[in-house]
Amino acid sequence: MYLDSRADAALRSLSAEGRWCADEAPGLSRAVAEAELTGTHAVLDAGRIEALDLTGAWFLRHLEDRLRRAGIPFEWRGARPEALEFAGRLLGDAAAPPAPTQRREEPLGALGRWTVRLGSQVHDGLEFLGRIYLVWAGAFAHPRRLRAKSIVRHVYETGIQAIPIVALIAFLISVIVAYIGAQELRQFGGEVYVVDLVTLSVLRELGVLLTAIIVAGRSGSAFAAEIGVMRLNEEIDALRAIGINVVEVLVLPRVIGLIIALPLLTIIADAMGLAGGAVLAWLVLDIPFNQFLVRMQEAIAPTTFWAGLLKAPVFAFVIAMIGTFRGIQVRDTSRELGRLTTVAVVESIFTVLFVDAVFAIVYWNLDF
Amino acid sequence: MAAAAPESVVVVRGIVNRFRSQVVHDGLDMDVHQGEIFGVVGGSGSGKSVLLRTILGLQTPRAGSVEIEGQDLARLHGDALRAVKRSYGVTFQHGALFSSLTVAENVQLPLIEAGRLPEEALEGLAELKLRLVGLSPDTAAKYPAELSGGMIKRVALARALALDPKLLFLDEPTSGLDPIAASAFDELLLYLQRSLHLTVVMITHDLDSIFRTCNRVGVIVDQHMISDTLEGIVENPHPWIREYFHGARGRQALLKRPGRP
Repeated sequence: MYLDSRADAALRSLSAEGRWCADEAPGLSRAVAEAELTGTHAVLDAGRIEALDLTGAWFLRHLEDRLRRAGIPFEWRGARPEALEFAGRLLGDAAAPPAPTQRREEPLGALGRWTVRLGSQVHDGLEFLGRIYLVWAGAFAHPRRLRAKSIVRHVYETGIQAIPIVALIAFLISVIVAYIGAQELRQFGGEVYVVDLVTLSVLRELGVLLTAIIVAGRSGSAFAAEIGVMRLNEEIDALRAIGINVVEVLVLPRVIGLIIALPLLTIIADAMGLAGGAVLAWLVLDIPFNQFLVRMQEAIAPTTFWAGLLKAPVFAFVIAMIGTFRGIQVRDTSRELGRLTTVAVVESIFTVLFVDAVFAIVYWNLDF
Repeated sequence: MAAAAPESVVVVRGIVNRFRSQVVHDGLDMDVHQGEIFGVVGGSGSGKSVLLRTILGLQTPRAGSVEIEGQDLARLHGDALRAVKRSYGVTFQHGALFSSLTVAENVQLPLIEAGRLPEEALEGLAELKLRLVGLSPDTAAKYPAELSGGMIKRVALARALALDPKLLFLDEPTSGLDPIAASAFDELLLYLQRSLHLTVVMITHDLDSIFRTCNRVGVIVDQHMISDTLEGIVENPHPWIREYFHGARGRQALLKRPGRP
């Protein structure tokens, strides 16, 4: 419908018609690609085109190219359309530019590049860690540099605002653990050990670990995204240009804020976890509340609570450091921002679990 | 411009925009005629960008209407609205290139959205549009972050021209460019306007650019627009407009103003 192509003996007449405009591009593309090109020479006619713009002109050029490649000499009936001349001038009616050579990725080269990248990542991470320590040490000498206002804001955003979700999840997980424990232990008539199970697992592991994972998802991503957007807006460069230490104003308040907030959240998670266990023990196993408390006292050592809580500041440091570090690495594009935010969350959850394993081994050896 | 009764491509009537207690536009009228370059001028905060956003339908005015080529955007939906939106091109002040796409992909995006096209056509059309704005095809594979300010403006223009619109809205196309690049941009705009028969609405602060390119100028003062031919507006007695065109910078620009054909 865009191109009327007919053959008259050896002469091929191609008559373009209708609107040859950008909004018709898909149809034009098909018409040009499917046009039958046979004969010894061709005549092109643009007389019946209603509207022609640059996109249409490009497709007419494409038609000419096809004729040329097919080795069919052609001429225009009437003048060659002006837009076509214009497109020709722009593209410099020369031959098509050489196809870009695709660089093939060889496995060995890829491995090498990966290693180099990994090495520089480790290097950058260590450098960042070093900077935090330097600024931190300096800040204790000059407490004004600690930016109390900023720290308070981060305690509020990462701690207080996270209380509902942390409390709910701690409660539910402990109910689940108690329930599964009750099912198994009932077979041996040892229902009362559900209390031991819940108390030990919540205080030593679940409370702090769940809190850290929730906070990594909530605040680790927020840190990376906030700082990442600041990088994209050149705010980080502005801070540096003013002579403000980026680690001091952006990183340290987040790190310290989270180190304060996460242990407090852990205490809430512990309490809610124990409450969940107690509720389930009472409803399902008929263990009254005061008996639960007595049994709990027997189950835990004086250090059990602290064994869990001690991990919280370490997890907090890991999460805040990874989040801010990845945020600062954002460069140039919005896609980088998304990628590094994801990386921040995945890495901080992984590292939290890894550090938790290290704690388990250390505690085991210390008999803590 | 010897047209007897110029046909209006953009007709703005009685636009009122208000943010809380701040009145930005209070019954603003604007007409852009076929084939002209219309400059929109005004002090900082006078609502030039708000006006542009209102015309483009990115912002709903409290009152008033906007017609683009006889169509009221506020009354259109679905395909009809998309068709009108495709009939004009827009560039934003800071380019607003998609940072995760290459230059070629940025230019191809409107084409891809408009319908299926083979890779060969996409590449060819992107190259054509990049050449049109004076960029070499090597630029195509670069990402926006690797471009200079002037190149970003040109790529934004190429993207705006991707669907061969007849109407172009430019928001401060020469801001942030050095005088040589800005002047080159002016020439490019004139060249495009002549060869593609474009109608251009351009928000600008660049006096040189106004004198070089604009046929008519609309000044936003006191929440209204005063528009006139370039010659007329320079002689306008309104104090702000006098200050604008006859202040130190305005006088200099007037002096080196080229004789227009």
